[in-house]
Amino acid sequence: MSGPGFDLARVRADFPILRQEVRGRPLVYLDSAATGQKPQAVLDAITRYYTHDNANVHRGVHILSERATQAFEDARETVRRFIHAKDVREVIFVRGTTEAINLVAATYGRKHVGPGDEVLISAMEHHSNIVPWQMVCDAAGAKLRVIPVDEQGALRMDAVDALLTEKTRLLAITHVSNALGSVNPIKELVAKAHAKNIPVLVDGAQSVTHFPVDVQDLGCDFYAFSGHKLFGPTGIGVLYGKLSMLESLPPYQGGGDMILSVTMEKTVYNRVPHRFEAGTPDMAGAVGLAAAIRYLEAVGMQNVSQHDQWLLAYATEALQSIPGLKLVGTAPHKTGVLSFTLEDVHPHDVGTILDQEGVCIRTGHHCAQPLMQRFGVAATARASLALYNTREDVDALVKGLQKVKEVFA
Amino acid sequence: MSSDLKDLYQEVVLEHSKRPRNFRVVEGATCAAEGYNPLCGDQLSVTLKLEDGVIRDIGFQGQGCAISKASASLMTGAVKDKTREEAESLFERVHTLVTEGPDKVDVESLGKLAVLSGVSEFPARVKCASLAWHTLHAALDGRTTSVSTE
Repeated sequence: MSGPGFDLARVRADFPILRQEVRGRPLVYLDSAATGQKPQAVLDAITRYYTHDNANVHRGVHILSERATQAFEDARETVRRFIHAKDVREVIFVRGTTEAINLVAATYGRKHVGPGDEVLISAMEHHSNIVPWQMVCDAAGAKLRVIPVDEQGALRMDAVDALLTEKTRLLAITHVSNALGSVNPIKELVAKAHAKNIPVLVDGAQSVTHFPVDVQDLGCDFYAFSGHKLFGPTGIGVLYGKLSMLESLPPYQGGGDMILSVTMEKTVYNRVPHRFEAGTPDMAGAVGLAAAIRYLEAVGMQNVSQHDQWLLAYATEALQSIPGLKLVGTAPHKTGVLSFTLEDVHPHDVGTILDQEGVCIRTGHHCAQPLMQRFGVAATARASLALYNTREDVDALVKGLQKVKEVFA
Repeated sequence: MSSDLKDLYQEVVLEHSKRPRNFRVVEGATCAAEGYNPLCGDQLSVTLKLEDGVIRDIGFQGQGCAISKASASLMTGAVKDKTREEAESLFERVHTLVTEGPDKVDVESLGKLAVLSGVSEFPARVKCASLAWHTLHAALDGRTTSVSTE
């Protein structure tokens, strides 16, 4: 496989945080599945917004409010373009993936899930795509059902048809597993679900960072993702929803901006998307997210994807050559996530020793405890890759793991 | 290995994590509690026999990292045949040791537990070291609900 398809050294130079030493060694950041680092372009966009344009949106008649509103709505258009939504009104700004899913649970779930109904998820979901549905099901007297995963961590597609029943009100499923890297065949799943008139929500927190996403091509009804994993700021995220679907839903939170008129007797709700954006939104966050998207578009998402696969292949081979190391999650179709266990050494100890070598990884259950139970482990160590990672980063990880083995020899 | 790391993973710690003492359920236990660290999913149970205010027998089970296992193993050895008050007092000193460091506590009085002093340089690992102790505290309190380090 060929190299990254972009100038890796130049991309690295765009991320100021990577230019530091930690614990006396160059920083090796392999925890981008938890949060992505931010390019200078994002930091500058946020500073520029607060320095020149800050005001509240949609309300003021003055120049700053005009600029802030323009910047916020421009950001919405940037997001639309990035995920190939048909209409800019299909982009709702929220705090992050978690809030996006909760929004759907609180509106669609409350309206459509009733006693005896079912919500279908998968065994590889993050807690944020499990718990809201448990809450919906508990409140409605409905049942949560789960598509299993196989030994490699791939979705058991053979089990899907039987689980999509006339009782299923929604399929809520991740595009990419945060703990395994497995990529789910969303288009095929949407076709299966839609054949039975079941809408589909996709958790895209881990996918938009790794490869191009086209919500129209996927055909899904909802798509959720976070700004911070996408190399943008924290506190901003997106819920995409098909316009017809969004227009059929009750409001989410009540407050300013989500209304057209309010009397003490009656409120007329605003149009989509503002109906779902009560209160002052995170304007700077939206501006920062748009800057991150423009940055990724300049690098090219196809190139990002190629780099991801190139580095994943290198890292997989390097880790598999370490005796006693077991990769958890070896699905044929996956992104740059390497979850592993190392003999009898607990992942926390692995993480602490790697940290002393300047290598940052994630250890624990990755907010996917049911998945950990599926694989019979309490936790794993997880190295996750992003566009700024190099083969040298992977080499440092491997060297650090040798150190772990020395300590526990 | 850096000196901080050497302090954290002292021989005694590694040895106790590999061969934990009293890794069992105490038969006829009078007190029991479950400890849980939601941060990592680690889970640990402590069972003990309290007679006339004295811990006559104690065991622990569960899974965890080297630090949490070693701490639990050392704890069972340290509190056996101690009164409930002595055990609670020891817990307080261990807590000070792992959170604030060896300068803030009478290390001499801790015996073998002093090997946990390295933890204070690793704030992210304090919960690992204290899980077993919080669980002991809950067991002595007679609380039946599980305790959490969060």
